[in-house]
Amino acid sequence: MTGVAATNPDNAQGEVVIRVRGLTMGFDDLVLMRNLNFEVRRGEIFVILGGSGSGKSTLLQHMIGLYRPQAGHIWVAGADITEAEGAQREAILRRVGVMYQMGALFGSMTLLENARLPLEVHTDLPREAMDAVARARLQLVGLGAFADFMPSEISGGMQKRAAIARAMVLDPEVLFLDEPSAGLDPITSADLDRLIQRLARTLGMTIVIVSHELASIFAIADRVIMLDKESKGIAAEGDPATLRDTSDHPWVQRFLRRTDSDQERSA
Amino acid sequence: MDSTAASAEPPFEYDATVDPAPRLRLSGRLDVHAVEQHWGPLRRRARDLGQQAAGAVLVDLRGVEYCDGAGAALLHALEQDFARADAEVQFEGMSRMVEEQLAPYRELDAVEPARAADGRGWWQGWMDGVDRVGRAAHSQFSFVGELTQAVGSALRHPRQVRWGDTLRVAEAAGFQALPIVSLIAFLLGVILAFQSAIAMRQFGGEIFVANLVAVSLFRELGPLMMAILLAGRSGAAFAAEIGTMKVNEEVNALKTMGLDPVRFLVLPKVLAGLLVAPLLALYANMIGLIGAAVVMQGFGIPWVAFFNQVTSALSLSDLFSGLVKAVVFGLVVATVGCLRGLQTGSGAASVGLSTTSAVVTSIILIVVLDGVFAVLFYHLGV
Repeated sequence: MTGVAATNPDNAQGEVVIRVRGLTMGFDDLVLMRNLNFEVRRGEIFVILGGSGSGKSTLLQHMIGLYRPQAGHIWVAGADITEAEGAQREAILRRVGVMYQMGALFGSMTLLENARLPLEVHTDLPREAMDAVARARLQLVGLGAFADFMPSEISGGMQKRAAIARAMVLDPEVLFLDEPSAGLDPITSADLDRLIQRLARTLGMTIVIVSHELASIFAIADRVIMLDKESKGIAAEGDPATLRDTSDHPWVQRFLRRTDSDQERSA
Repeated sequence: MDSTAASAEPPFEYDATVDPAPRLRLSGRLDVHAVEQHWGPLRRRARDLGQQAAGAVLVDLRGVEYCDGAGAALLHALEQDFARADAEVQFEGMSRMVEEQLAPYRELDAVEPARAADGRGWWQGWMDGVDRVGRAAHSQFSFVGELTQAVGSALRHPRQVRWGDTLRVAEAAGFQALPIVSLIAFLLGVILAFQSAIAMRQFGGEIFVANLVAVSLFRELGPLMMAILLAGRSGAAFAAEIGTMKVNEEVNALKTMGLDPVRFLVLPKVLAGLLVAPLLALYANMIGLIGAAVVMQGFGIPWVAFFNQVTSALSLSDLFSGLVKAVVFGLVVATVGCLRGLQTGSGAASVGLSTTSAVVTSIILIVVLDGVFAVLFYHLGV
């Protein structure tokens, strides 16, 4: 796995894992974003940032092929997911993991069964091995003791962590996380940030996060793109701290600095 | 990994040697495909090696280029196999990646489940069952009480009832049910008339088919079929709607806003049920008679003769006993649907359970009550 070596965020020459070209997306007559172009490199923590309703989650759903774009292409791990069908599409999806906004754990299954499901579908491992892998993933997110619990018996933060365990049970190349820290307390959220960093740095996973939690973004993001609802495009792209200090885009400044000053006030 | 990168790396291989020292050498990509193939054979080999070794076994990982979660599961299983064979395992050349992947497996050995296994005896299980039945009975009685209270308050203050909602539910449960009620009632009339006419013809009494069909439809089958359809269409819908609201915490939102869910959600549905059930039953009776009349044309009984016979055969008590039943059935279906909705636990599966339970409970209660009515009407001479 060449990716492990390429985890240095400053390494702008890293292999491109996701390439978005000329992407226009929306629903029916509504256009959310027009002509988006960006790349995600192997091993980086890439954050899609934007205000409510700017189309962050929709962009993520396009990147995992849930929706067809109005125009443009998205290559994930070398294949165009906007045109892939059937087996080709499945082969791409086999290599990505997704955590949905609300976790989307199956309520009728225990955490272990939830985490084991992708293995049952995609591998021929013996049952004993599947159980071991699923349990280890739960342990990695700190839920090793809760394997036999139903999702309704654990807290919201635990559900999100269990959903991450399920998303990465197949060792995906790219892990998509939709609002991982939304609705979590600062301590749980910081734990989650550490987990995400650990996955990227030591297991070499590429991680794409949709978020608007600034504290967590400044802590972990290697690169961000900021979606601007007004111009229907990318307002800024780069390392978050640099953007905050150097960007002259008024909306970017307002977005990144306002909460920053809030943090200083509360500090 | 994409396929080009995968093929560039050597495939997974292993070999075990006993001389000069017991040694297991792994190399290549230790990924899920390798584990699928080698899980059984490699572990058997390890057990043999462990038994021969009688001491320390060296596991050489220097050649392992990639290791995923499944690979780590295999390494951990090997560790345990050696341990079971009383061999001490020593890993050599373990990369950072393997170490990181293996860590949660090793941690798990020390993790106690957060909930102890269920070791309670049959007595405790039995008592839990009794407890559950008691709780269910309690919630049903208190629900009936709350509903009665809400109905009483609605009678005293009719303006507080959400009549808009009531009419909307009545439209969905009543008017929109007309096509299926028509179809079933018509076919019921046709079947009843046809089956009885064949027997009656032997005695030249085809005209009395009208008596048979009219009385059985008005007293028994009209309300019964209507109630079963209502349970399947609307009782299930009530349970699913309220159940989903419960799961989404909408019911809690109502409570915190000071709105009583029984008054706000249940009462309109129960009133709508009370309203549409007798109307649907009456409609089903009429359509059933038309179905029977159509069949009787084929047996030489004209429309006028058939309907004259029907009016002479039916008494007001036939009509009203049927309508009383219909009202009670409507009440039962709407109440049970709402009750099951409010009893919904959490998750999508429990909405499904509530819906099933609403229909099953309704139908059981309808059939039981139908029997009670039969005895009651017999003794009352209705």
